[in-house]
Amino acid sequence: MAQVGFDGVTKRFGDTTAVDELTLQVLDGELLVLLGSSGCGKTTALRLVAGLEALTAGRVTIGDRVVNDIDPKDRDVAMVFQSYALYPHLTVAKNIEFPLRQRGAGKEERSAKVKQAAETLGLASLLDRKPAQLSGGQRQRVALARAIVREPLVFLMDEPLSNLDAALRVQTRADIVELQARLNTTTLYVTHDQVEAMTMGHRIAVMNEGRLQQVATPEDLYARPTNVFVAHFLGSPGMNLVEGLLVEGSGNETTGGEDTLCVSFLGASVPLPAEVATDVRGSGPDVVLGLRPETLHLSTDGPIAATVIIVELLGAETLVICRTETGARIIVRQPASAARPSIGDAVRIAVDPEPRAYHLFDAESGLRLGDRP
Amino acid sequence: MTDIGRAGMDAEGGLEAAALVVETHEAEVEAREAGGDTDKTTGDGAGGALARRRRKEAALAYVLLLPALVLFGVFSFYPFFRNFKLMLYETPPVPGLPARYVGLHQIVPTITSTEFTQSLVTTVIFVVLVVPISLILGLALAVAAHRKLKGIGIYRMIFSSTVVSSVAVASVVFGTLLNPVVGLLPWLGINPTPPALESTTWALPSVALITIWQFLGLSFIIMSAGLQSVPDELLEAARIDGAGAWTRFWRMTVPLLSPTIFFGFVVSTIYAFQAFGAIDILIGNSNAVRLHTNVLIYNIVNTLQVSNNPGAAAIMATVLFLIMLGLTVLQMRLLERRVNYGR
Repeated sequence: MAQVGFDGVTKRFGDTTAVDELTLQVLDGELLVLLGSSGCGKTTALRLVAGLEALTAGRVTIGDRVVNDIDPKDRDVAMVFQSYALYPHLTVAKNIEFPLRQRGAGKEERSAKVKQAAETLGLASLLDRKPAQLSGGQRQRVALARAIVREPLVFLMDEPLSNLDAALRVQTRADIVELQARLNTTTLYVTHDQVEAMTMGHRIAVMNEGRLQQVATPEDLYARPTNVFVAHFLGSPGMNLVEGLLVEGSGNETTGGEDTLCVSFLGASVPLPAEVATDVRGSGPDVVLGLRPETLHLSTDGPIAATVIIVELLGAETLVICRTETGARIIVRQPASAARPSIGDAVRIAVDPEPRAYHLFDAESGLRLGDRP
Repeated sequence: MTDIGRAGMDAEGGLEAAALVVETHEAEVEAREAGGDTDKTTGDGAGGALARRRRKEAALAYVLLLPALVLFGVFSFYPFFRNFKLMLYETPPVPGLPARYVGLHQIVPTITSTEFTQSLVTTVIFVVLVVPISLILGLALAVAAHRKLKGIGIYRMIFSSTVVSSVAVASVVFGTLLNPVVGLLPWLGINPTPPALESTTWALPSVALITIWQFLGLSFIIMSAGLQSVPDELLEAARIDGAGAWTRFWRMTVPLLSPTIFFGFVVSTIYAFQAFGAIDILIGNSNAVRLHTNVLIYNIVNTLQVSNNPGAAAIMATVLFLIMLGLTVLQMRLLERRVNYGR
């Protein structure tokens, strides 16, 4: 049983604040992904749990224990590094065995556990090799074997897949998920890759500039981003964000009449569905309207006027990148079968009618408006 | 005459450097050719043009090599080969008479003479004193300075400063420190009789101490460079895996540093075999203990300049050259085998 807790954790390096008042609980047996772009503090947060960095303020707990002042070797955590950090002068077997040997495990116990870990990760035939003789994927598995062999309370993984090629990454991603589910060990997994985060995490914690933005399940995070950063960060491409004014009843006959709440900006007046309107009425008036590319399509009676600037073919689908009259970029994701506009075409963009297609944020704070439970 | 011994080593280094330049050049030309091959627009006439260009570039390479070749030729290659000729001539005891050709006949008497064997033993003792201590101290200082602290750069500068201090200055400073009247030892209340530099027991360790001090800077630099190539993540991984500072040092740092340590071993051995200045300045020829500090290089110089016997000196220089050559070959072999951890 081991939760990992961050309680008001701050870490500064000189004048830079790498982690700013982070409060977060990783539940027992959970795989929690720390997601963010490089320099957002996610790796520092991980290293604080490992004990490789000292906290500036706050508390880190593992299980019931505050570990602030406990040496890394006594924290009972195992870490997988981005570079794998295999010991180059030791064989695969000795690498895997190293943590056991440091804990004074007997010879028979060691060889039994090494054998088991090696079999789990398909390394049994490679035990006598040196790391230099292994492929990237094999090295990665040795690093995993070295982590699991001592049955730690917590796994810490720092971008373990980023040095693998794309195909191997997809495979290994699934392997790690399966391994974690089987061992049921609390895992803190750091990545900048949102696909990894979405596919692997039980929950995802999004960080930006040292601050925690949102912690939620992948579904919630995608469906209900808590602020414009998360909205734009998640999704490929991210959510379109357009600044506008929340105004009452500027709709016309096609959009439903006088008492419709709309977001309007130059060349567009986007009526909000009744449920959304109820939630956000009274906010604003300066708002940011968020629309995911896949909820948009080109339609002659769409409410948003725009000009096509780029058309990107992705095989199964097409991204139509448009510019509104206010200068904002809006990306429309349409199936490859849909008619493709040409660059420079004047088009109109329509939004799917269902309420979940509309995300509204306060223009000043960037926070989500009308958060319904 | 010290140049005779050094000539051998320098010649080797020079040849290596020259070969390296040519090799690099050839690799570049080949790379460019390979690029040309894949270029479909290259016509049939390109082969001839390419060969011409290659010849032109090779000519340029040799022109650029010329200054180095002249320098090495005059100061290294010529003395090196001349040394072998000197070995074949015996100088008569009476000055003024021409040297006599004796072939290989004076080699065995020279290298079996008591003077030479004693000198060789002294040299080995000297090397055994200098090499391990300077390496261990260098490593210790490098480990101490290998941390991210404010102002650590000042210590790094101090530790490596002995590299740029001249042997004469170092000898005078140490000579003063060891001086029986005004030195550090009497100040500490230690008054050995006879004084360190005149004691048959302590004269050699004293000059070894100066040599250690002099080499320490280079040893520190070599070890520091080696330490920097050990990835922090490895030591961090070991730390999380449960290894304490001592274990990390012995089971991670030292094995990963072994190529560096071995390199330092060879370099310091060569350095110790060549130590001359401190002995010449502090002991000199007149001192009663000179036979106890009579290392090979010093003996060679004395044989040439005092005994005026170029033939014997040339033979000893050749022995020294062979020892150095052996060490260098050993270094190449072992380094090739051991370095490639290939991260």
